Amino acid sequence: MTGRRVLYAYTWLVIAWLTLPVLVMVLFGFNDTPGRYNQTWDGFTLKWYGRVFELDELTRALVTSLAVAVVTMLAAGALGTGIGYALGRYRFRGSGTVNLVMFAAIASPELVMGASLLTLFVSLGVGPGVVTITIAHVMFCISFVAVVVRARVLTLDRSIEEAAADLGATPWTTFWRVTFPIILPAVMSGMLLAFALSIDDFVVTNFTAGTATTFPLWIWGSTRVGLPPQVNVMGTLIFLIGVLIAVITSIRSRPQRR
Amino acid sequence: MLRRRIAPYLLVLPGGLWLLLFFVVPMVTMLSLSLQEGDVVNGYVLTGHWQTYVDAIANYEPQLVRSLAYGAITTVVLIVLAFPVAYWIAFYGGRRKPTYLFLLLLPFFVSFVLRTISWRLILTDDGLLLGPLKDAGLLPAQFHILGTPVAVIGGLVYNFLPFMVLPVYVALERIDPRVVEAARDLYADPATAFRKVIFPLALPGVFAGVLMTFVPASSDYVNSAVLGSSSTTMIGQVIQAQYLTSSNYPTASALSFTLMAVLLIGVFAYARALGTEDVMKVAAR
Amino acid sequence: MSQPPTPGPALLRGLTQRRFDRRDTLRMSGLAALGMALSACGVKGKGSPGASAPAPDAVAKFWSGKTSNGKVNFANWPLYMDPAHPELKKFTAATGVQVKYQEVILEMGPWFAKVQPQLKAGQDIGFDLMVITNGIQFKQFVDSGFLAPLDHTKLPNYAANADPAYKNEAFDRGNVYTVPWTSGITGIAYDPKKINRPVTRLADLWDPAFKGKVGMFSDTQELGNFGMMALGINPEKSTPDDWKKAAEKLKEQKSAGVIRNYYDQSYVDALGKGEVWITQAWSGDIFQKNVSDGTDFTFVIPEDGGTIWTDNFAIPVTAKNPLDAIKLIDFFYQVDIAASLAEYINYVCPVPAAREQIRKDAAAKSGDDKASLEAVAQSPLVFPAAADYAKLHYYRDFATQAEQQQYQSIFEPIVLG
Repeated sequence: MTGRRVLYAYTWLVIAWLTLPVLVMVLFGFNDTPGRYNQTWDGFTLKWYGRVFELDELTRALVTSLAVAVVTMLAAGALGTGIGYALGRYRFRGSGTVNLVMFAAIASPELVMGASLLTLFVSLGVGPGVVTITIAHVMFCISFVAVVVRARVLTLDRSIEEAAADLGATPWTTFWRVTFPIILPAVMSGMLLAFALSIDDFVVTNFTAGTATTFPLWIWGSTRVGLPPQVNVMGTLIFLIGVLIAVITSIRSRPQRR
Repeated sequence: MLRRRIAPYLLVLPGGLWLLLFFVVPMVTMLSLSLQEGDVVNGYVLTGHWQTYVDAIANYEPQLVRSLAYGAITTVVLIVLAFPVAYWIAFYGGRRKPTYLFLLLLPFFVSFVLRTISWRLILTDDGLLLGPLKDAGLLPAQFHILGTPVAVIGGLVYNFLPFMVLPVYVALERIDPRVVEAARDLYADPATAFRKVIFPLALPGVFAGVLMTFVPASSDYVNSAVLGSSSTTMIGQVIQAQYLTSSNYPTASALSFTLMAVLLIGVFAYARALGTEDVMKVAAR
Repeated sequence: MSQPPTPGPALLRGLTQRRFDRRDTLRMSGLAALGMALSACGVKGKGSPGASAPAPDAVAKFWSGKTSNGKVNFANWPLYMDPAHPELKKFTAATGVQVKYQEVILEMGPWFAKVQPQLKAGQDIGFDLMVITNGIQFKQFVDSGFLAPLDHTKLPNYAANADPAYKNEAFDRGNVYTVPWTSGITGIAYDPKKINRPVTRLADLWDPAFKGKVGMFSDTQELGNFGMMALGINPEKSTPDDWKKAAEKLKEQKSAGVIRNYYDQSYVDALGKGEVWITQAWSGDIFQKNVSDGTDFTFVIPEDGGTIWTDNFAIPVTAKNPLDAIKLIDFFYQVDIAASLAEYINYVCPVPAAREQIRKDAAAKSGDDKASLEAVAQSPLVFPAAADYAKLHYYRDFATQAEQQQYQSIFEPIVLG
């Protein structure tokens, strides 16, 4: 059984390796750095936590990121659910094309998606900004939501809907009272995925932002001239909130799954 | 019955239109721009100038090849690195399986850019890792990890690990333990059982993992930009710079299109050769 | 990175569901045809041959009807002002105009590429004032008609205090669109703790002893200039043949592994981290880095030549608050403000009278502060003398976009290699 021990240790080693940069990030949020270059350890301080929203531009970038992510989540959630539901439920001419486009959108390099959007905006003479960032994010999130929803719709037990219809429910009532609640978890997880993809996106955003700034773009810009400790603090806080949400959802969903 | 017939179209229409306008049309615009001549000040005219492709590929062939090589190496390293982890969690994780998966995903709650920058801080020439070793005289002063292919591929492996672990885990987790027992009953030693039973059954997961890591790794530019040097430049950096430093849109478009063509042809061929329907069957169980 | 954090089985299934066949190919060509029909062919530019010589009434046309809004958004480079922004505070106190100052420009190419689509669409870029270097992108800004013509009746301090030499620079004769923020010198910076011999010549950047520890600029003009000067060519008068020779010289440096990387302003960070020991550098940066971080780096103008450039105030045509912006420009030409800026940033000061002011400021201080201010007043990096200028070369001016593109196509593959 030594093989098993080795595997056990190895797994933990990988986990440690994955976590190391996060620990460093958290640690340097407590660094009492004097200059603009937060790169050597200068003692422990909590002061950056008190001054986390001191940098207006950073705060604004974070707010922009959140706003874009929320809009993306809602828009991609709605549009993607429509496609996913149609693909899972109906057989129709053109579904093959829709599938192909979605596969291509998921498989395409992000860089190329961002670049091609930039060429579109340049060709049309549309100035990039927050609107174009959101358009781009919705675009690459639709397919992910659709894929998740389609999978759920495909495994849906049609007899439940038929039972509702037998009991005199109109198709509309059946959809809202029976079908929708069943696919809702898939819609929700698709939307969460869209939120996560949007808020962390750097590559596509970089091409479609113009002078607008999101959280990852701000970090990218300032890393070249010294990253202020506030970034580490915000990173730490976002990390904790994300972990908290994940833990809560997993605890809440456990009893249902049994 | 009419309503039933148009229902799917109504549902697909908004999202489909969005994808058409902001995914398909831009790709075509890019193709068109790659065949135009001109400059950013005086504008561009479509002339069907294929020479842009020839020049771009001639100038940046090493970066293209290097990117594909880095992508391939990253993918292979990922398989080797991720398989044992997925294997251990799937077979020995027991009730803690979700916890382990959660721990593996934990770092990904931190922004991708921040994590990569964090690696830079750790690996930097006189930094947290190398500084003390150099002070102790264990390493020559000029020794560095940053700026080498090792750092770039390491960064890629780091950032894409979950996309390999999870699919492999899903495939392994689906293996019926009784199949493995049957193999043992038939006097297969553990190695043979692994080779003949477990690994083939896990292959669909590996294939899926390859699909999910090779393309983004080959076209990445962040890792190479943060952790690399002028000798590790990847094609993504070239494209990025042609667009966002030189405003040389035709060359940038030609390179993007070439990259996309190479990668997508690869993906489609790969999907065809492997017959992904088998993957589908396993996944559907 | 837009990959799903948790690619569940559903996603995998979606990704791996289908095979691709001839029908897909047909579908794709159908889509492409549709897209082709929908997408525009050809991209309009903004350039017009007479763009650099504006219509006589351009100034009046731009400035009439503009009102002051009490705020100005200022885009500048890092290491170009005391982080406490004392000059801006004085400006706000004197005029009531609020300044939002952002250090968002790190290199000219990316800055132009970033704002170009917005300016072309006639949109506000979020900045009323920006600092741009003479060079390739400067010309692109001017030729595209992206810069507001300056109304010199609103620049009395500039007329009174600026060094006359700045009023007739080749890239913007008569200051039609720009006035200088400051000039600077591109030379070599190194870490004397790592390099135990004096660095004096351009050849030191090619020294195999510093293998993997040498930094160069990614800006093609900065890079190309050093390649040419290392061969004894004056960049200002260079020909395409010279460019090719310089490119060979720079390729040598790269293929020998001497080069660590090509940098924008992040070279300061790289030097601080010990990633590079010796690098192309901008004069004032090193001074500021040493002051703010207690480092001890050295900046030298190589004996065989450095370059001098000018960073300029410019107002984008789409600026929302141009009146406040031009007010701020003129404020920096008050002698005391120019002096206070030069004292901190240590770049070439366009206001000669500031030298006397700095001496006065020094006299009012004591000890180290006094010594350091006196050093600023004496510094050839802030107030270069004729002998210093003799060592310095100017940028080459490109007559046409085609010439500029030829230049780019020679040096770009080196940076991106």
